[in-house]
This record gives sequence, structure tokens and C-alpha cells, in this order.
Amino acid sequence: MKISVTVNGTAYEREVEPRTLLAYFLRENLGLTGTHVGCDTSSCGCCVVLMDGDRAVKSCTMFAVMADGHEITTIEGFKSGGKLHPMQQAFSDQHGLQCGYCTPGMMATAIAFLKTNPNPNEAEIRDALSGNLCRCTGYNNIVKAVLQAAAELSAPAEPVAAS
Amino acid sequence: MSTTEVPTNGRHAMGLPMKRKEDARFIAGKGRYVDDIVLPNMLYLAIVHSPYPHAKIVKIDKTAALAVPGVKAVITADDLAGVNLAWIPTFHGYDKQMVLAVGKVLYQYQEVAAVVATSREAAADGVELVDVEYEPLEPVVDPFVAKTDKTLVREDRENKTNHIYHWEVGKRAETDAALAGSEVKIKERVYFQRCHPAPLEPCGCVADMNPATGTLTLYMTSQAPHAHRTVISLVTGIPEDKIHVISPDIGGGFGNKVPIYAGYVCSAVASIVTGVPVKWIETRTENLTTTGFARDYHMDVEIGATKEGKVTALKVTTVADHGAFDAAADPTKYPAGMFGICTGSYDFPIAFTELDAYFTNKAPGGVAYRCSFRVTEASYAIERGMDFLALKLGQDPAEVRLRNFVRKDQFPYATPLGFVYDSGDYHTTLNKALDIIGYKELRKEQAEKRARGELMGIGISTFTEVVGAGPSKHFDIMGIKMFDSAEIRIHPTGSGIVRAGTKSQGQGHETTWAQIVAEELGLDPLNLMVEEGDTDTAPYGLGTYASRSTPVAGAALAMAARRVREKARKIAAHVLEAPEADVEWIDYKFQVKGVPSKTITMKEIAFAAYTNPGPNEPGLEATYYYDPPNLTFPYGAYIAVVEIDKETGYTHVRRFLAIDDCGTVINPMIVEGQIHGGLTEGYAIAFMQEIAYDENGNNLQPNFTEYLIPTSLETPKWETSSTCNPSPHHPIGAKGVGESPNVGSPAAFVNAVMDALSPLGIKHIDMPLTRDKVWRAMEAAKTP
Repeated sequence: MKISVTVNGTAYEREVEPRTLLAYFLRENLGLTGTHVGCDTSSCGCCVVLMDGDRAVKSCTMFAVMADGHEITTIEGFKSGGKLHPMQQAFSDQHGLQCGYCTPGMMATAIAFLKTNPNPNEAEIRDALSGNLCRCTGYNNIVKAVLQAAAELSAPAEPVAAS
Repeated sequence: MSTTEVPTNGRHAMGLPMKRKEDARFIAGKGRYVDDIVLPNMLYLAIVHSPYPHAKIVKIDKTAALAVPGVKAVITADDLAGVNLAWIPTFHGYDKQMVLAVGKVLYQYQEVAAVVATSREAAADGVELVDVEYEPLEPVVDPFVAKTDKTLVREDRENKTNHIYHWEVGKRAETDAALAGSEVKIKERVYFQRCHPAPLEPCGCVADMNPATGTLTLYMTSQAPHAHRTVISLVTGIPEDKIHVISPDIGGGFGNKVPIYAGYVCSAVASIVTGVPVKWIETRTENLTTTGFARDYHMDVEIGATKEGKVTALKVTTVADHGAFDAAADPTKYPAGMFGICTGSYDFPIAFTELDAYFTNKAPGGVAYRCSFRVTEASYAIERGMDFLALKLGQDPAEVRLRNFVRKDQFPYATPLGFVYDSGDYHTTLNKALDIIGYKELRKEQAEKRARGELMGIGISTFTEVVGAGPSKHFDIMGIKMFDSAEIRIHPTGSGIVRAGTKSQGQGHETTWAQIVAEELGLDPLNLMVEEGDTDTAPYGLGTYASRSTPVAGAALAMAARRVREKARKIAAHVLEAPEADVEWIDYKFQVKGVPSKTITMKEIAFAAYTNPGPNEPGLEATYYYDPPNLTFPYGAYIAVVEIDKETGYTHVRRFLAIDDCGTVINPMIVEGQIHGGLTEGYAIAFMQEIAYDENGNNLQPNFTEYLIPTSLETPKWETSSTCNPSPHHPIGAKGVGESPNVGSPAAFVNAVMDALSPLGIKHIDMPLTRDKVWRAMEAAKTP
């Protein structure tokens, strides 16, 4: 089947098998290997990407054809204007990652969450991240990273161009 | 990035919370894990698994699978026998294991055949169509039943028994006599359940045979690339120079990526036969059901004491369930690993421990899951044992511990089971923990709550770990001594490359190794590139597991750096025009003795080494192989505070304090991160995880919907602190820390829950302490 999908701002037209999962389409068809696969049961969240800017989806639980006509943002597209997304900076600043395998999905979930709740408390963050597993960090520092990113993103805005 | 953002504490790099150098690629999605590797003409391998735990293989029909478009080959044990790879030795060399099932399957999900195809999907289609006819046999799933030898798991072995080995250490007769003569005795059975390391990235490889050069390149999820290269060479006969193992970024290991698995072997064989690269990436179910599990120890703990509560003797008797092969990843001379650490932090005048291991129809393994070779089991046994003793004595568990600790003035301390502890101050560490957590106030609060019928518990664990294997006179794997190595090359402009025989899986070696070298040489850690995991470039080492990286390779790095510094001293003498004996290393640079104006930095010496070395050998590099004189003994005092819901059995961990003493700290931010992660894995084991089998041998936890990983919701908020007693025999005094929290915390959690339940007369529940198990125990306690 033919699909049209915009990934990290670039429009693609690709032929895919109907059974191809979005995660493998991104990884193997587009070479965007920042999106990971860690389980077979939609449990771990390593594969989370953003759909249409503000929705976190598990790309191992969607067929590529379901992304037809949509915009997908993966970790490779989080940077803007050559600058790290505040979430990326915060994960490094707060030591919110160790092996790095859960990090892309964890950050995608957190970015989408802050769009719905820009000033969350710790309990809300823990609730929002509960679909993303991490085996290394014990989450404490991930929560701190999301708090840092939230503070930065909601800081009194410098004048920015409308997006 | 600025080269001066590292904060200072009066030292150059050591002990600073430097941000991790490796983060740059991980936060950008530019890590390179094994499944990210794509080579031209690459084929995909997928594996056929047995639905039966014990069955004769009557027939394997490949016809339908081979008819699937894209399927190139179906491999069975017969094909592997043709290249003498149907069986391979297990790690310590005492047993052999099937690569693919030979004649019969010995556990559910065992690998039976492998399908090689042009795509992931075609390989999966082929797996569905391999037709295997089985004749089911009676499975043996309980090691206590295995003991009877009624049904034999391993007919291939000469000895027709399920008993694998007996191991013991200490003095049996004297210990039995001391126990018999003790005023107070406890004897309890505790079971450390079968669990699984379950790193988020499953295991996998890309095998790439170059038919022109005869070189086999193996990109694999390997915690020990050099050891794997040697083993592969020994087993296959391929010369070691023609095997190139590359361990790329690894998404967590925790011991799971130490053994050699069927997928690696089949991929290598498939690549050799086809002449093109072959990729194998396991599914989560394959990871949980076939690759190295951990623990599965049934332990009888006996402690004798005086009526005042001074311990007199310890005996631990263990039945170990090893599954279908004796594939435990332990040093050759230590079939039960470091289990002899079971005397813990306490001054036992005498002790004895013995263990018998059995085959069952379960997956093989027995890896050190975030643990230095069975130290977690041993710590759990003694820390539960001390609480049983406190209960029997009617004394506070903190007091019983303080009364029996090895004292600071006893170090170096020889235990009755053969270890010599390097350093420690257990009293100070526990007292600090009791102060910080407010122990007295908590006990008061608990008394008030108990009076109201509420269930609150406080649990202590004061473990001593043994890591850093190890001294070559005792420790080897298949004969290879367990030293480790480092190589440092300083470039003319004062930056450099640092290589080690270890392999980070998230521990942050790219940062901490640079900090060690920077501290020794006065160079900028941000300009010291650390490289590991490539057997063609890294010096030979035994890899990263069992908290051995810092104790062994960390020492090698410091020693290699000191070698560089000694060479630099000669060049400094030449440039400063002073006798070498007059050149001193002061404040991270060389200075002519008594002449503060005549100095030269390491960066300047680096340039001179290539431009103006004088009479000295040019260049500035060194290699060091470090054979540790002793193991290191990190320790800690952990306290858990829990509340249990009487209606549901749910345990809420209200507080958890971990005080760790891992000697010298290289990077406090990374150490704290390691502790957070290890505590979370300990929490998972205590409350959530078990790989259990039903009586028919069915694996009940084959995926993440059954084998639970704690999420951000359950995971407690961790409180950490430290004390510091450096290791006297390690060049920088570091002891290793990554596993301490996983070793020490399960007993703290369980002790807390049992403390909470003690008013109900409940003495022990085996892990995991799920809410239904706790609820059932409370219900059972109600019936008189």
C-alpha cells in the first residue's frame, strides 16, 4: 500500500506492506533508528513518537498505514533551529538517562504531556510517564528532568514568531 | 561545548558530578544499538521454540517453511552437528549446552530450529511453518522432586542423575556443634525466587562473515566482548585474529548479556554458510523465556546466639535450581559464586555453608543479575536471618546488628568462610542511617499505629558485598584470568584516547574513565575520548558485570595513567633542563623542586613528546594489565518504611533510605543514578517479579504483561547518602557500586513488610510480596 506521511518535517511517499508496524517503518524504511522497540506487548514505551505534534503514540502498536496523512515527530526531530529541545537538555542535566534505550520514548511522552499540562506536579508527571518503562534510572531523575523542562518551557516567553 | 564547565572541588576531575559525555548521542536519538546496524544483503534469522517443557523430537519437517518466499534456510541441530556446533560448553566449562534441541527439548520455549530469510517478516512466516512433531515427556519442575531422580532431565550425561554438584565451604562439624550449644537458635527456609534481568533492549547480533578475508565480524549485545571472542575461537576453531567482536551501544545488561545464546551461534553459522550478514534480534518473550535467568535458591538459614544476642554460628544450606543446563555464569573455581559472603557484616566465630544444584525442565541460566555472583542470594539469607534472630530474641533489629557488626579496628577482617574484607566502619554507617531516617521517632509512631491496629513496618538491611573479581590466583572463566586492562594514548595537542577491556551498558564509563585519567594526568576529561567494546582496538579484558569495572579496569586506568605520567616526567626533565629526580608532580603539573616558576603542564609535555622528546622515546602512551590483589567489599545500611493496607494487602513504601559506602567516588551524580536504578530493581524483585512455572512446566511470565517492571507510579522516591572508607588496596580507593542497591534492598523491603505483619503472627512470606500473597497471608493468620 502507498502512504503519504510527514516525518520530522519531511514529506515521504512510500510503499509499505499492510502489516508493517509504524516503528519498523520509521526504523527500517526511513532509517530513523532513534525510535526503539523493547517488547512485543505495547508495555514498554520505547517506541513512543509524536503524532500531529501533540499526541504520544506507541509506534509498535500502530501500522504504518495508520500514519497515512499524518505528521510524525521522532527523537531525531526534537531539536529546532539547531538547538536541543528543553526536554533533551533537561534529561542530560538531571542524569535522566543511563543506557539511553528508553530515552526517546520517555522524552516523546513527556513532551506531549507538557502540552496538555504545562505546569505539572511530581505526582502528575509520574502518572503521565507510567506507560514508559525504564530499567536503569528508577525514574526519580526523569521526574526532575520533566520538571526542569516544564519550568523552561513555561518561563515568561521571549518574543517568538508564531508557529 | 565549553571545556571548562566542570565544577571543581579542589581536585581536577575526581569526585565531581560531571555531566555524562555519552548523553549527547543518546538524547539526539543517535545511539547505535545492535538492531540499528544494517549491512548490505543482510538476512534475518528467527527462531522456532518448543511449546513443551520436556518432549522427544520425533520429526522436524522444513518443507513448508522453505517454500515461503524469501526463506533461504532452516537450521536444526543436525545441521549444526555437521559443523560440530550442536553442543557448546557452558561458561565455566563443567557442562555443555544444546544450541538447538538435540533429540529432545528440555524446557518450554527451548530453541528447536532457526529460519534464515531475506526479511524480518519472511523469517517470522517461516517460523510458523516449521513442522515439529513432539512426543511429550513428564517434566521435572521442582528441584526437590528432581532430587529423587525419578525422571531424568539430562540423559546425555554420563552420570544418570539430576544432581549437578555439591559445594561447601567452612567447618561443618564445628559449626553444627556451636549451633547445638547455642542458647538461642533460629532455623528458617527462605526462597530467592527465579527472576530475570530483562534489560529494555533484548539480546541480538549481526554476524558478518567476509568470505574474501575469512574474518567473522560479530556485532553483538555483549557485556564481555573479549571473553566472547576467545570462547568463540575455542569452540569453532576459527583463529582468534579472524574474529572481530564489536559490542555497540547496549540498552542495559544487568548480567543478561554475559552468556552466549543460540541466536548468536546460529547467526554466525548462517553467515559463514551464506557469505552474507545475518541479523538476529530476540523478542521480549524470547528474552524472558530462554536467556539467562537469575537466583532460584532455596536456602535454610540457621543462626546460633547467646541469650544476650551475640551470634555464635551460622549455617546456610541451599538447594539450587539450575534449569536444564548448568549454565550459571560463575568463575570456574566458584560454582556457587561468592555465596560464601553469607556471613555478611557480622562477626561470626564459625560458619559453614553448603549447596546442591539440580537440573530441572526449566530454562538454563543462573546469571549474576545486577549482582556479583550469588552475593544477592547470600545477602538476602543473612539479612533475613538477622531479623529472624531479632524476633526470637525480642530485640530491636538495629541493636542486634550493632551488637554483632565486625568492628572498624578488625579490618582487614578474615571471615570464617574465606574472604578478607578490605575496609569498613559498619557502626558509623548504620548509626548515620538511623539518625537520618529518625529511627526512634519511627518506632514510636509504629507503636502508636499498632495500638490502633494499623500495619506499619521498618526494615533494615546492612549488607556487605564482595565485588571486583578478581585476583588471578582464584578467579578465571574457562581458564582466562579475570584481570582487566587499560590503554591510554595522549595526542600531541593534549587530548587523548582511553581504551579499556570493559563495556558500559549505561554505567557511564565514557565519563568516569575519562575522569580517572584526567585526575591522574591533569588533562581535560572532556578531551579524553573513551572507547570500549571493539576487540580489534581495546586491550584484552573480561568485561563489565559483577561490579568489576571500577575495581579492576578502574584500577588499570589509574595505573596506565601513572605510567604515562612517569614517561612524561622524563620529557619534563628534558624540557625544564633539570635532573629527573628534581622534577615533582605538584598541583596537576610538573615543577622543578623548589623553583615554582619552572613548571610544565601535561598538555605542554604532550606536544614536546612528539616535537622535542630529547633523548627520550617519543610519544606518550601506556598500557596496563591490572591483577587485583584482593576483592573489594562495598557495604551499606538501608532502611525501608512501609505501610500495609489491611483490606487489600497493598504495601506502600513510604520512605527508603540507602547509605552506601563504595569507597572513593569518581562521579557522585553517576553513583547516585546507579543506586536509584539498583533500588528500583530491588523493589521489583521484592514486590513484583518472578519467573514461575506451573506444575506442567509452563512459563507463567513470558512477557511484560505478566513479568512486571516497576513504572514511575510504583517506584518510591529514593533517599540516598554515603560514608567513605576507601579500599586500601585499590589505586584510587574505589570499590564499585552498581549492584549494591540491588543486593542490599530486597531484604530491607521484606524485613519491613514482615515487621509490619508481625503483630498478626506472620513471620515470613517469600518474594515477590504481591498484594494478593500478603492478603492471603493475613487471611490465613485470622483463622486460629
